[in-house]
Amino acid sequence: MDTIDEASPVANIPARTCVGLADLPPGMPARVVSVAAVDADTPPELARRLSELGFLPGELVHIVRRGLFAREPIAVRVGTGTFALRLFEAACIRVCPEQTQIA
Amino acid sequence: MLGSPIAPASPLIALVGNPNCGKTALFNVLTGSRQKVANYAGVTVERKEGSLLGSSGRRVRILDLPGAYSLDPLTPDEQVTADVLLGRRAGEAQPDFVVCVTDATNLRQNLRLVLSLKRLGLPMVVALNMSDIAYRKGIAIDPQRLAAQLGVPVVETVGVKTTGVAALIGVLDRVQVPAVSAEPVVWHTPTAADIEADQAEVRRILIAIGGDRIDGLTFSDRIDAVVLHPLLGPLILVVVLFLVFQAVFAWAQLPMDAIKAAVDALGTSFRHLLPDSLLRGLLVDGVLAGVGSVLVFLPQILILFSFILILEDSGYLPRAAFLLDHIMGSVGLSGRAFIPLLSSFACAIPGIMATRTIQDPRDRLATIMIAPLMTCSARLPVYALIIGAFIPRRAVWGGLELQGLVLFALYVSGVLSAMAVAYAMKHRGSGVRFQTLMLELPAYHWPNLRNLSIGLWQRVEIFLTRVGTIILALMVILWALSSFPAAPPGSTGPAIQYSIAGHLGAALAVVFAPIGFNWQISIALVPGLAAREVAVGALGTVYALSATGENVSKALNPLIANSWSLPTALSLLAWYVFAPQCLSTLATVRRETNSWRYPILMAAYMFALAYAASFITYRTALLF
Repeated sequence: MDTIDEASPVANIPARTCVGLADLPPGMPARVVSVAAVDADTPPELARRLSELGFLPGELVHIVRRGLFAREPIAVRVGTGTFALRLFEAACIRVCPEQTQIA
Repeated sequence: MLGSPIAPASPLIALVGNPNCGKTALFNVLTGSRQKVANYAGVTVERKEGSLLGSSGRRVRILDLPGAYSLDPLTPDEQVTADVLLGRRAGEAQPDFVVCVTDATNLRQNLRLVLSLKRLGLPMVVALNMSDIAYRKGIAIDPQRLAAQLGVPVVETVGVKTTGVAALIGVLDRVQVPAVSAEPVVWHTPTAADIEADQAEVRRILIAIGGDRIDGLTFSDRIDAVVLHPLLGPLILVVVLFLVFQAVFAWAQLPMDAIKAAVDALGTSFRHLLPDSLLRGLLVDGVLAGVGSVLVFLPQILILFSFILILEDSGYLPRAAFLLDHIMGSVGLSGRAFIPLLSSFACAIPGIMATRTIQDPRDRLATIMIAPLMTCSARLPVYALIIGAFIPRRAVWGGLELQGLVLFALYVSGVLSAMAVAYAMKHRGSGVRFQTLMLELPAYHWPNLRNLSIGLWQRVEIFLTRVGTIILALMVILWALSSFPAAPPGSTGPAIQYSIAGHLGAALAVVFAPIGFNWQISIALVPGLAAREVAVGALGTVYALSATGENVSKALNPLIANSWSLPTALSLLAWYVFAPQCLSTLATVRRETNSWRYPILMAAYMFALAYAASFITYRTALLF
């Protein structure tokens, strides 16, 4: 799994480097490519639940805000809805950043 | 609350929709106050049914099914919704007609459920709810074009306005009970590919009707920029919590005093009207005093639930949960647990009732189990009595008052032990489990007065029903235990000493001797089962005081100061931090969890903690 340095500024990420949603810098628009459990510890129903909430391939997402402590939870816009996710949940969503920045 | 009885032949219409789509607001407008709230059999999911009087004078039954993201259930709420719609729920008829409520501003998410429901094969209509907000946002969705794309009729609704549902009522008015019941559909649980295919279809529909638009920055985003701000957010939260706390205690004082006075006055007039008899004792000391001691919390419950409903309706509650999630999550609780726990500082009963806002059943149970560890206001009279008698009034550490400091320490002990218990519960099972959050942060709305008043009335009704049934019965039993058998003629001790409660207390005194409780305290703990503060009045009875009400505490103060040792007093304070003996709370837990297991478990663990804490306190204090 590609990861990015926590402190890396938005500009340092090549537009086509796909990451887990947990590692997406706040405000950077991205498109979901896949939703799947990342390891054996992840509850089996998690990926399905995320899909049902609208985290589906092709949908546009961005992180609205990160939590105060430990950067968790994160508020994520998906389509026209917003959800609060814990990092292990967001890690199951693989996204590819879009070219344009959300105003 | 239900009007005239609903004829069995009237069609049953189910309201279905995603959470936060304004479904309940729509239900409230359709049915007004003609609602009946109960639980589905065997689960603690609320069942709301109402009736709608059509223009033809015909009544239709409307069932407000719990909000669901899909028909493939993951929560108890969704399980009920899926089971009822599939006709699989025992005791529930399959609906004759389905209204799928959608949020017109969030169709991208909501239309997937419409597609699932279509596969059910039940006759249905799609309600394009919050259409007024959609217009204001510049989202113009033509219901006809959407209907053509979906292949299902679509009507526009505004769930908070009585005039906003005319089109929907027109449709519902024509619903007929089918002569032959529908063929059971073969239901396939959707696979990941099915969900993706549905979303592709939703995108196609949205493009076809020109509704495929995602706003960059919404009005809610601008509020969230402040409310979820790393510095301002917690500050706003603290102010909100302080306001709620302040309101529950300060504003409720006057009506609480009024209820107390009214109960006392009623008792006095009964005393004058009736001859000294068993009936009078039952009415005055059993029913009135007992029920009055719980009823007195009604103003706090009203104020508290007003705040909870406003915070929930406006959309702030999930934000508060977002802000608190990390702290609460570290001890294994959901961010949503904070309101029930805050409520429990007034009284654990509304606190436990408020856990209904927690969707995850395990999180909800953990919150219920620790709610009574929050120092409820019924403990205050006991704390006040003991602190007043034993803790000297003096300043320590530059201006801080010792009595206040002790009281604060008692509150903090409660909170800390609650966190410890929650932590222990989390790690009891097999290893670490991932606790999911996945909490929707819906768009902000102005709270609606109709929804508030209906919601508030339903909470009050639940509370009053409980006071009138199980709590009343418990109070009468306790009164009987404290009154029978009567004192033999010529006896010198207080009458309660000769009763069953007195004998129980004497037996308990053996159990409580190692933690320093004398027989008087042990006896007082028995009627204290009714409500914690009743123990103060019972102590008055045991010490054979003639004073009543407020004066008991004043008269008791020097008495216990002279007859109890300091270790005994500190031990009793420690006992009351846990104080397992509130039957009303245990009855509420039984009702909310639908099981005897949890109230018994709660009483047992709290008793064990109380005993251990008192033992350590007593033995340590004896050393000095």
